[in-house]
Amino acid sequence: MKNQKYLMIIAGLVFGGLAAYMTKLGNPGNMGICVACFYRDIAGALGFHQAAVVQYLRPEIMGLCLGAFLAAISFGDFRARGGSSPLVRFFLGMFVMIGALVFLGCPVRAVLRLAGGDLNALYGIAGVVIGAMIGIYFLKRGFNLGRANSTYPIAGYLMPLIMVVLLLFAIFQPEFIHNSETGPGSMYAPLIISLLVGLLIGALAQKTRMCFVGGWRDLSLVKDSYLFSGIAAFFVGALLVNLLIGSVNIGFEGQPVAHTNALWNFMGMVLCGLGCTLLGGCPLRQTVLAAEGDTDAGVTIFGLIVGAAVSHNFILASSPTGTGLFGPTAVIIGLIFVCAIGYFMSEQLD
Amino acid sequence: MSVEIDVRGLSCPIPVVKTKKAMENNPSDTITVLLESQVSKENVLRLAENQGYASAVEQTGNEYKLILEPAKK
Repeated sequence: MKNQKYLMIIAGLVFGGLAAYMTKLGNPGNMGICVACFYRDIAGALGFHQAAVVQYLRPEIMGLCLGAFLAAISFGDFRARGGSSPLVRFFLGMFVMIGALVFLGCPVRAVLRLAGGDLNALYGIAGVVIGAMIGIYFLKRGFNLGRANSTYPIAGYLMPLIMVVLLLFAIFQPEFIHNSETGPGSMYAPLIISLLVGLLIGALAQKTRMCFVGGWRDLSLVKDSYLFSGIAAFFVGALLVNLLIGSVNIGFEGQPVAHTNALWNFMGMVLCGLGCTLLGGCPLRQTVLAAEGDTDAGVTIFGLIVGAAVSHNFILASSPTGTGLFGPTAVIIGLIFVCAIGYFMSEQLD
Repeated sequence: MSVEIDVRGLSCPIPVVKTKKAMENNPSDTITVLLESQVSKENVLRLAENQGYASAVEQTGNEYKLILEPAKK
């Protein structure tokens, strides 16, 4: 158990360091890795939304999933399974993305933004923690999404296979793929480096079960710091690399791909953190689970992608100038939906 | 006395929540946990360790049976 924790700390440091360094190699500011933003960029590249500034097939995502898949196969952790409320998970995934895009980042990027000096991230992280606390209330009350069953291996191979197809699209760039010419979507590291970094992080995340919501959850739920040590190490790794490359800029104003609306930075991440707690993991963890054969996590990923499309098509997503026109309304609707799921999908524990 | 809980197919962290609840409700009883994922097994074992339970693991195929004994009866 001790060795496992050391591995988690090393994995966190490596992940954080690489996430910070990827900005030097071309990725957007404080967005070396952002699982939510990168699914959003993929949704744009596939033409699911028309926000011209955030369209790019991010090879980090394909790398994450395939790295986790290879690790799961190597260590005998791959097990095809599914059937635990897939439709509900799809909608939870959608609202997780909507919340993340009101803040402008997933629970991973919230920590990464803070490590770059973006103090707006404090509101986002506070939101994740409060969201996790509300989730714990439902968990203790008996919330669960039902049992999953083992299924045919081929069903478990589907998500890794889809990632291979996306990777081929990224390499060969067929005409139907969109690529941003300006904005964050036009900023990216070389494909091969993005892919390799993704593969490495995916394998580490699979082996350690790293989760950027589970870490906060377990601190309170079971007084266990194993998952949290990954978040803390990620922050330290990212901060050190940011200091080395001169990317620490402390303040609220003028932060890269961020806005300064404290209330909605907070509320967006309450929605995201709560949704992730009910799903059992953040978007990073969902990607790893999908790679291990969890088809419900695969459905959740499509929820994230549709959530990204909805966010941009319905003017929900924030931009550096502030929240989207309907962003706050969507967060409130999302909170009502997610709380209703938490409340009603509960078996009363004795 | 012994309490058995079946968390097969339930995803993280539900197995831990249910085991913890069983421990709180039956502090002096042996808790038997049926589960089927490596991750849940490790999480429940870590909980048992933190709560001062001695644990034994039996594996049959893909399923595990954890027998958790409280420190003081």
